[in-house]
Amino acid sequence: MPKFQISPKLQISPKLQINRRKFLTSASLGVSGIMLSGCEAFDSQLGVGDGLRSFLEGANDLTHRAQRLLAGRDALAPEFSEADIRQRQRPNGITAPDDDVYKGLLANDFADWRLEVSGLVEKPLSLTREQLMNMPSRTQITRHDCVEGWSCIAKWTGTPLSLVLDQAVVKPQARYVMFHCLDTIDRSLSGDIKYYGSVDLIDARHPQTILAYGLNGKPLPVENGAPLRVRVERQLGYKMPKYLTKIELVDGFATIGGGRGGYWEDNGYDWYAGI
Amino acid sequence: MESVARSQPTAGTDTAASKDATLIYRQSRWTRLTHWLWAISLFFMLLSGLQIFNARPQLYIGKESGFDYNNTVFAIGAENTATGPRGYTEIFGKRFDTTGVLGWSGPAGQETSRAFPSWATIPSYYDLGTARVVHFFFAWILSTTLIVWLIASLVNGHLRRDLAPRIDDLKRLPRDIIDHAKLKFHHTREYNTLQKMAYGGVLFVLLPLMIITGLAMSPSMNSVLPFLNDLLGGRQTARTIHFIVMVLLVAFFIIHMLMILAAGPINELRSIITGWYRTDPPAHDSQSPERSA
Repeated sequence: MPKFQISPKLQISPKLQINRRKFLTSASLGVSGIMLSGCEAFDSQLGVGDGLRSFLEGANDLTHRAQRLLAGRDALAPEFSEADIRQRQRPNGITAPDDDVYKGLLANDFADWRLEVSGLVEKPLSLTREQLMNMPSRTQITRHDCVEGWSCIAKWTGTPLSLVLDQAVVKPQARYVMFHCLDTIDRSLSGDIKYYGSVDLIDARHPQTILAYGLNGKPLPVENGAPLRVRVERQLGYKMPKYLTKIELVDGFATIGGGRGGYWEDNGYDWYAGI
Repeated sequence: MESVARSQPTAGTDTAASKDATLIYRQSRWTRLTHWLWAISLFFMLLSGLQIFNARPQLYIGKESGFDYNNTVFAIGAENTATGPRGYTEIFGKRFDTTGVLGWSGPAGQETSRAFPSWATIPSYYDLGTARVVHFFFAWILSTTLIVWLIASLVNGHLRRDLAPRIDDLKRLPRDIIDHAKLKFHHTREYNTLQKMAYGGVLFVLLPLMIITGLAMSPSMNSVLPFLNDLLGGRQTARTIHFIVMVLLVAFFIIHMLMILAAGPINELRSIITGWYRTDPPAHDSQSPERSA
């Protein structure tokens, strides 16, 4: 027997019972109303730069600090076995840059391509692919996690970024490594936007952070970022720029792009992508 | 915090006095505060989580997502048919038409291809970055609140007194199931067996599992706790478990709401807002005062 008992205080008049039914009806309508109007209710507060949004973004700094505290500088991302490589590395984002400069370099198999290392360094560098490949290399089978939610395991070969940084001698005031790329990711009124992104010096000097030129035992294909892409194994895929052309050591990124440290960051993604 | 009856019930009191005697202090301020913080956090985490899911509306089993092979166990999508676009949901390869809600939805004439509909996501439009900001903010609130509640409940005895299962609970279980099925509720200070199982299940199984599978998806946490994904069967399995636990939490929420409506929403709401709960008047004909008091 259903027992919709209400507290005696409210049983004083039958009228109130009807009101209670009305209350329940309107309450449930109200709840479904909130659901149905969507969550549009929050849309206006959540744009990049809005107060509420900026407040909520504070949690990303907390995550960054907490994960740095737990992982330290050198904790390694899990590495896998050859048997775990079951498919080609899924390409994402730009997979065939339509830029003339890039197409020209590609036509010549990147013989004229150089990696510039500049900014807050004692010795700016301009490295050919051969010079990079002649440096000590690291090969790792790791899982690429896309911010969208998918994962893909592949074997990456490249030059540890720390070796390149050591060769360029990073100045003490440098705090971030800014990656500049050859591919146009977006167009704006002020012109084409080439992909860019940044990591701090802890991730830049992490033992698994490499400038990869090899994938699954072969030269890095165009769709995965040839001639050179970054691997930052403790973060998500959008922190690993492809089609690399320049590494710039900076003490901040407020003046670069939208000022949030990268192309996707300027479009609302968190700068720290360890989660 | 101990439960305090406002006044001691005495035999043969008049109606007014016994009414007063049935009002007891049931929920400590810690339980009430954390309950509402969980409610708010879970609301935002669900809607931002559905938005995050929309970025890749497939679930896989294993370490990675199969693109050149198939390890997909769940998918929401849209396809073109002779009669126009249709939304579908696929579970273990079995396809269901879910047009209007899952896969293909929106105002008439403006339908779009999206896994979960606009009204179920934050923001309402597609925005993965913002959903992640919202999701992780409330993940911190939820986890912190859970720890605060756990400490408070150990200190104030809520855990031992109200949630810890006892032999009696097991004996009562069949009766309890029948009572619930008949929507017959006993308003007592103590939780009944099914309540203990439901609350305990959420607090000690579902929410911890949610946090663990959430952490297992974090590439940085994988460097701290590399065994986590091995234990769970790989990052993509962890993601699938995360989704399944979400479905279980939504199921809990629906049952929770139905039970509150059926048991007397005003009394139930008062106890989780003010702490005071009206229990059933002492039964005069019962031989088991413990059950009906």
